[in-house]
Amino acid sequence: MSEKSAGYLDMELLRFTTAGSVDDGKSTLIGRLLYDSKAIFEDQMEAIEISSKKRGDEEVDLALLTDGLRAEREQGITIDVAYRYFATPKRKFIIADTPGHIQYTRNMVTGASTANAALILVDARNGVIEQTLRHSYIANLLQIPHIIVCINKMDLVDYSQETYDRIKSDYQKTIVDKLNIKDVRFIPISAKLGDNVVDASTKMDWYSGTPLLDLLENIKIVDDRNHGDSRLPVQYVIRPQLDEFHDYRGYAGRVASGVFHPGDKVRILPSGIETSIEAIDSFTGEQEVAFTPQSVTLRLSDNIDISRGDMIVDANNVPNVSQEFEAMLCWMNERAMMPRGKYTIKHTTNETRCMIRDVKFKVNVDTLDEVTDDKVVGLNDIACVSFKAAKPLFFDSYKKNRLTGSFILIDEGTNETVAAGMIL
Amino acid sequence: MKEYNINHLRELEAESIFVIREVAAQFENPVMLFSGGKDSIIMFHLARKAFAPAKVPFPMMHIDTGHNFAETIEFRDMLMEKTGTRIIVRYVQDSIDQGKVAEETGFNASRNKLQTVTLLDGIEDLKVDCAMGGGRRDEEKARAKERFFSHRDEFGQWDPKNQRPELWNLFNGKKHIGEHFRVFPISNWTEMDVWQYIYLENIEIPNLYFSHEREVFQRNGTLLAKSDCIPMRPGEKTEKRIVRFRTIGDATCTGAVESEAHSLEEIIEEVAATRTTERGTRADDRRSEAAMEDRKKEGYF
Repeated sequence: MSEKSAGYLDMELLRFTTAGSVDDGKSTLIGRLLYDSKAIFEDQMEAIEISSKKRGDEEVDLALLTDGLRAEREQGITIDVAYRYFATPKRKFIIADTPGHIQYTRNMVTGASTANAALILVDARNGVIEQTLRHSYIANLLQIPHIIVCINKMDLVDYSQETYDRIKSDYQKTIVDKLNIKDVRFIPISAKLGDNVVDASTKMDWYSGTPLLDLLENIKIVDDRNHGDSRLPVQYVIRPQLDEFHDYRGYAGRVASGVFHPGDKVRILPSGIETSIEAIDSFTGEQEVAFTPQSVTLRLSDNIDISRGDMIVDANNVPNVSQEFEAMLCWMNERAMMPRGKYTIKHTTNETRCMIRDVKFKVNVDTLDEVTDDKVVGLNDIACVSFKAAKPLFFDSYKKNRLTGSFILIDEGTNETVAAGMIL
Repeated sequence: MKEYNINHLRELEAESIFVIREVAAQFENPVMLFSGGKDSIIMFHLARKAFAPAKVPFPMMHIDTGHNFAETIEFRDMLMEKTGTRIIVRYVQDSIDQGKVAEETGFNASRNKLQTVTLLDGIEDLKVDCAMGGGRRDEEKARAKERFFSHRDEFGQWDPKNQRPELWNLFNGKKHIGEHFRVFPISNWTEMDVWQYIYLENIEIPNLYFSHEREVFQRNGTLLAKSDCIPMRPGEKTEKRIVRFRTIGDATCTGAVESEAHSLEEIIEEVAATRTTERGTRADDRRSEAAMEDRKKEGYF
């Protein structure tokens, strides 16, 4: 195999989400990334050329590349999370393309939940607006490790450094300091004309940073994962029922965090029994180490009754075990939360019922104020809520661990996913 | 400190295995749809990995249009026998004979759309509560919005505007009686990822994917294989060309591409250099701009 194609085997995966208000040029930016990184095929380009002509546009509208459903094409808006893919020799990228309007906060939360980075678009003509704060707040609430503020439409403000500097300092003051965001970067771009998206702009010599794609290719993400607290939620128990594997019991699951080796002392939750790892099995034989985000099968030294929903953890570093907890909740359903209502909770591979105990406060996402006199939690509301579960859950705070600190609530009548929670 | 890092293929693999195990844990009677195409072959490979050393705990299901390439069926039977896997085959011909669907007529007739009825009947008859499919989000616009766990109502329909939010790796497979799920374990893979993975894992695939000599003819800019199930129009002439297939579906709507790619390495290089999408060779998607969306709403794969 030639060097070029063999190189693809060493690529990393980076997931990012995009947020912006309706006319910030988000779809155009994604279209531009796909187009300039040559992820657009001729037949796709042909299709949007035809669509652009049909609508009477003069230029080909790159935003059409990402408008998936007929309803969206007709209304010219994006109505649900769509996933896009492109690759460079360094990385494969998955974009969770989420709509920017107010009523679709739930989609942004959805896209943000698995993202390594968030692109926040700001229209250079408008600067930091209410929605910029809202999008940044959500990105931070979901603990997206890297935030990239793209100050777009620089072509419409004469590529002015002064405008860029003003928006940047505005964002620092009104958002970064308030939210305590750890890693934020700024790039002046024009998605429409391609400045600083894939190729460096020739019109903004005053900008010394790299174009957006360069940044996306090089942000270090491996350290964002929690490699310290070893946790494996048991997903499925493998019992072959074959003569050659008569007594085989393997505990299959995806390592949520940390690292496991054969011989490691582990504790089983909820029983609390201590044992050690006999082997880590895979399709092709035993492996020497298992770490997040691998899907593996563990065998243990002792025969213990373990089932789906149990958790295998480092014997000396166990998560919280409790029926009571507090969480930030994003409500995602048109039917408002029932006060003291009961819901099914899905947390790791565990599932039980829980009861809403109290709404501590709601967050006004336009001002970030905590509201305590309004306890009605409806669609797109974000609130701090206390819970009691029907049995103990094994959890870490979401800040420490995105996978053992997150959960969803399911309405027992409609089976719909009604809320996403991040444990405090 | 050692860096605990995996490449994109291993991360996609881990994600797909997680999804397949969730299906086995959350559903009582799941099946995995198997067409003999490369996407279903890697999905099956991932399922074997997910449950090793045990056997895959659910059967495969093939919706057979009857318009197959012989090589696909031979390959399917060989793979199932070699791995000791159960496969359920449902025939579109049966749906036609039972009068449930009417065969399209004319030169562009295809059974591709009829498959939906046979599939939904199979799901109902066998009380299947989850059908895993090899759909990928990079294939087509409407698929880009599909969830991993996609809820279908009692008529098998997809409602793209009312999908359940899907967060982290928490998959909600709860449903009422009569409803079912479609689950797409390889949602996040691209065509390139699939080929790279086939190469990395040395997975066997049908010969149709490799360059070979075949009798083909031109129609609407697509090279179709000469076959008993495609009537030729007056004036259409077959000729021998060196071709391969990028996708393998119903023979009436799967176009060939001229190619000299004889090995996986050459295919990967060809895919990297290609300027049209895979589905660009699929006549079924070219029927209209919203073709896939319409078929998906009705319950297509």
